[in-house]
Amino acid sequence: MSEVLVLVDHVDGAVTKPTTELLTIAARLGEPSAVLIGSTDAVEVATQTLTKFGAAKIYTVDDAETKDFLVSPKAEILAQLVARTSPAAVLIVSGGEGKEVAGRLAVKTDSGLITDAVDVQAEEGAPVTTQSVFAGNYTVQARVTTGTPIITVKPNSATPEASEGAGVTEAFTPTVSDQAKTARVTASEPRKASGRPDLTEAAIVVSGGRGTGGDFAPVEGFADSLGAAVGASRAAVDSGWYPHSFQVGQTGKTVSPQLYVANGISGAIQHRAGMQTSKTIVAVNKDEEAPIFELVDFGVVGDLHAVLPAATEKVTERKG
Amino acid sequence: MNIVVCVKYVPDATGDRHFESDYTVDRVGVDGLLSELDEYAVEQALRIKEKLDDESTVTVLSVGPEQATDAVRKSLQMGADAGVHVCDDAIAGSDALGTSFVLAKAIEKIGAESGWDLVVCGMASTDGSMGVVPAMVSERLGVPGVTLGSEITVENDTVRIRRDGDTATETVEGTVPLVLSVTDQSGEARYPSFKGIMAAKKKPMQTWSLSDIGVETNQVGLSAAWTSVQDTAARPPRTAGEIVTDEEGSGARALVDFLASKKFI
Repeated sequence: MSEVLVLVDHVDGAVTKPTTELLTIAARLGEPSAVLIGSTDAVEVATQTLTKFGAAKIYTVDDAETKDFLVSPKAEILAQLVARTSPAAVLIVSGGEGKEVAGRLAVKTDSGLITDAVDVQAEEGAPVTTQSVFAGNYTVQARVTTGTPIITVKPNSATPEASEGAGVTEAFTPTVSDQAKTARVTASEPRKASGRPDLTEAAIVVSGGRGTGGDFAPVEGFADSLGAAVGASRAAVDSGWYPHSFQVGQTGKTVSPQLYVANGISGAIQHRAGMQTSKTIVAVNKDEEAPIFELVDFGVVGDLHAVLPAATEKVTERKG
Repeated sequence: MNIVVCVKYVPDATGDRHFESDYTVDRVGVDGLLSELDEYAVEQALRIKEKLDDESTVTVLSVGPEQATDAVRKSLQMGADAGVHVCDDAIAGSDALGTSFVLAKAIEKIGAESGWDLVVCGMASTDGSMGVVPAMVSERLGVPGVTLGSEITVENDTVRIRRDGDTATETVEGTVPLVLSVTDQSGEARYPSFKGIMAAKKKPMQTWSLSDIGVETNQVGLSAAWTSVQDTAARPPRTAGEIVTDEEGSGARALVDFLASKKFI
């Protein structure tokens, strides 16, 4: 069975949930091989999780010489592993960095690239991907026809299945060119943890828009009562009310949770692009004409500053 | 500094975007415009030129169907100095690898004619929205890719950006020549002024075919694409559910009852 390379997304060895989803998808297509680029300490921490979620092999690559450079070295490392293993596919988590690594890898290996897949299934010839396009109005089935299929997959596209893999580690020493070391990362400030679930991975997302008037406390309170992540519309972000990393929409994050609660968000196409594929959609908005109400499973016409605190109290009561 | 800005002509997101029978995007039957995200790239290029206040030039480059001239013209109206439109029937249906190949070849030709120091791109298109073309163009040209900048400074030969990554905010820099991509956080794009609209009419605009940039017609287009679409389907429209009007707390009660009925609580 062919190997399927999975680029491991991790923070100091803490493997992200989307990576475990990729391992589960990789098992459908062949034998999952994790590619772990990081420090020696990180490798030790990550190996256990990767094995637990089915990695048959783990290629470990020391990043001491490359960590201060943007994406290019990762693409070179993967290209060398592709040449060595002729994998059935390369899977990478969809995100700003993952997509750029994938794009460079596609050029280096003269291979087709599919980004933002929400499903990947094994088929004769090459895996078939499903994507959600045009603000979620269409689904597209596609496959790579030339080279090694390189696919970036969105978080929440599979349920990670714990299935003990062999987890055989192999240190891989790449040759990284000077060419790949030209975009230097000169400073890095880790984002403060909010204590809430990650926006793209959360089962429930509660978000706020222009209607908050800048006060996100009711939105955050309701989110916390449900154990949800907090999101924001572009209007709220542009007004400086909430950080950009929480923006849901075309130019922010695309989320597809079990439940999405939009508060004081009118529902412009750019916002819909980021949340339309959520399983259940609920909205609270003062304006009964707001287009968001065309999408919802349940809507409340009312002031979020009154509705959310009351709802938060009731949820907390029920949870006892 | 000679700056090249890559812009895309896209179907209007508020229009009825759909696919043709060969699964390519209908780019003619739907009203199109300069991709909103590329306006930020034009804006940053103009700001860099204005800041340098020297002999710097901004050339706008677009690969697309005949109507894509509109995207080039709008950029000229905003203040770019010259336009290049690569237009050839054989390009239709190209995927990101094909598009980045054509862009890189066109940039090389611009370079051969007048030199280039900086290529500026938007973060993604608003139709395909893959966000990979800037990285691919950088890879093809063999120059640094300083990408997803939300704050851009240029000092001598160094381009420095703030990059709001997935887990950290980074400062990234590179030395020209390089490819820069900018996000929608980089600064509001200007509207063309009346003066700008009039001036644009006199600005040089070239149209190149594939042979002008040394690309064979069988190297790009739908049949040469590295990927193939098997099927497309319109998502069934969501049907509106129950809407209640809040009256003295009834909204919160109904909302929580709904969430409980769906087992979210």
